[in-house]
Amino acid sequence: MMESLANLMGGFAAALTPGNLLFAAIGVLLGTAVGVLPGIGPAMAVALLLPVTYAFDPTGAFIMFAGIYFGAMFGGSTTSILLNTPGESASVMAAIEGNPMARSGRGAQALATAAIGHFVGGVFGAIGIVLLAPLIASVAVNIGAPDYFAIMVLAFVAVAGVLGASRVRGFASLAIGLTIGLVGLDPISGQARLTFGVPQLADGIDVVIVAVGLFAVGEALWVAAHLRRTHQEIIPVGRPWLSRADVKRAWKPWVRGPFIGFTFGSIPAGGAEMSTFMAYVTERRLSKHRDEFGKGAIEGLAGPESAASASSAGTLSTMLTLGLPTTAIAAVMLAAFQQFGIQPGPLLFTNEPDLVWTLIASLFIGLVLLLLLNLPLAPLWAKLLRIPRPYLYAGILFFACIGAYAVSGQAVDLLVLLVIGVVGFVMRRYGLPVLPAIIGVILGPDAELQLRRALQIADGDVTTLVSTPLAITVYTIIAALLLFPLIRKASRTKVDA
Amino acid sequence: MTITEERPVERAGWWRAHSELGVSIVLGAVGVLVVVDTALESGGSVSDPLGPRAIAFVLGGALLLLSALLAVDVLRGGHGEAEAGEDVDLGTPADLRTVGKLAGVLVATAALIPILGWPIAGTVLFWGAAATLGSRTPARDVLIAAGVSLVTWIVFDGLLGVDLPGGPLMGVFGA
Repeated sequence: MMESLANLMGGFAAALTPGNLLFAAIGVLLGTAVGVLPGIGPAMAVALLLPVTYAFDPTGAFIMFAGIYFGAMFGGSTTSILLNTPGESASVMAAIEGNPMARSGRGAQALATAAIGHFVGGVFGAIGIVLLAPLIASVAVNIGAPDYFAIMVLAFVAVAGVLGASRVRGFASLAIGLTIGLVGLDPISGQARLTFGVPQLADGIDVVIVAVGLFAVGEALWVAAHLRRTHQEIIPVGRPWLSRADVKRAWKPWVRGPFIGFTFGSIPAGGAEMSTFMAYVTERRLSKHRDEFGKGAIEGLAGPESAASASSAGTLSTMLTLGLPTTAIAAVMLAAFQQFGIQPGPLLFTNEPDLVWTLIASLFIGLVLLLLLNLPLAPLWAKLLRIPRPYLYAGILFFACIGAYAVSGQAVDLLVLLVIGVVGFVMRRYGLPVLPAIIGVILGPDAELQLRRALQIADGDVTTLVSTPLAITVYTIIAALLLFPLIRKASRTKVDA
Repeated sequence: MTITEERPVERAGWWRAHSELGVSIVLGAVGVLVVVDTALESGGSVSDPLGPRAIAFVLGGALLLLSALLAVDVLRGGHGEAEAGEDVDLGTPADLRTVGKLAGVLVATAALIPILGWPIAGTVLFWGAAATLGSRTPARDVLIAAGVSLVTWIVFDGLLGVDLPGGPLMGVFGA
């Protein structure tokens, strides 16, 4: 504990240098913009920036990425509240209570509730990382290849089979991602897989191209097919502020939100979406003003918003300590770590203490910057929504192409980008979620490596996979996740008959 | 089961309503590809019991299985929910012509980069995409496209060290 505090102080010393402060500032500015703007999310933004950051030192790059992640949460609520269409999936809940508030002339209070909620949630979440992450890392140091493989399978099953409306479509998306991840030379044996003799495919399809193709190009093509021609009304508001009565109603949800958010953010259960939903349900149950829910109850905005930012912290905690991404942006950040030759996981805290603690300290700094940027300036940020859509999506395609080209300097990569963009388009058209695919691409090769390593160590004895208590527990959870809906279906049929 | 004579128009309508079967067919085709690619090669060794093929083989099988399950789901009336978004109006039919044009702009960009360099290819990309997406102010679009393209090239190539070809135009300026 004392050691963590000392490390954190060291982190602050490093994070407060001009260079790192600049990265934090750029990150939160970009993040807020990305959060406000439709069509572009934090995962896409980080993927687009990956090729640019090769030249930076990794600490600066990750400070910027974390700023984008948290900034997108702040900005996303602004769009949700003023436009009634969430800028990010994490801010769906903000629209439910925030937009009615804005419609009834309480937009300024709604923006303030959301911004302070994100700040409180983010700070609680960052404290959670300081307290829990070193603990988790020290426990996880002893887990071996069979455990890792089991946890990764759990992540696959959770994102593909539990989230989303259709299991078969979730798993189809996962399989597409795993297949893309398979292309190239096998790292252990050096044999070519799915390269069809094309030399360019021997290195595999770069994660940047896959992520940018699925997110940016797929989204641009999808919007092109269904571009909204009608103008959406943005509710005008003044400077955000809160009355004493508002604060009195909002402070408990602000404090409760982080506990829900951090927990659900750190397990593979849908990141901010699940966290905000659970926080909303909780606040509705606990509220004395239950009749106001759906019509602009401030509790229903305060709780989910603080849960959203805390869930980002929880997601970061799991990504740093276990190397396990639970959301799309965590998956892209994991890919970024790999590009820098750093392996997130239990050893990260011992191998790269400076990077980790500077990053954690910069979370606090970034949150203060975000509160300063968003509390007074939210109406100004909302002006970004006026950008003509042809320019917005032309810009997204433009930076997607630069990102893809910068990976290896070959124009052919733009064609690969387009093909993956078309895959992203088809997935959006037919309701295949994008998240399982991106987790499959990034985590798939790792999972295979862990599986083969486990079998190498055990001389091919398959029982090694279930030789530890942790692995057995994880497989039990996986079985429960897979079987539960089937059992429920069966029992319902029985009742019907 | 009774066999009814279907008119071609009705059959086309059926396929349109069940176009999601195309996803199932693609999944199946990829599955076959993965299995065939896997079957032709050798398996594991003493030092690597599983070998590079086993996972691919399982994945190919999974793709075939998912293809079948998806087909069954679609034929029983299931369908995937198209993704909503703030700029997406699902009330309109898909405008595939715009999507095709946008893809064409990307292909043209890829072809132009080695010949004309980033500043010009990027201008074509931004301008073409904006025009395709319904911008009706060509003169302003070209200026914005050229501005964005040139500034990004200077920032990326000059300041950030991302190697983007300047092309003949920048060669003239550079010399």
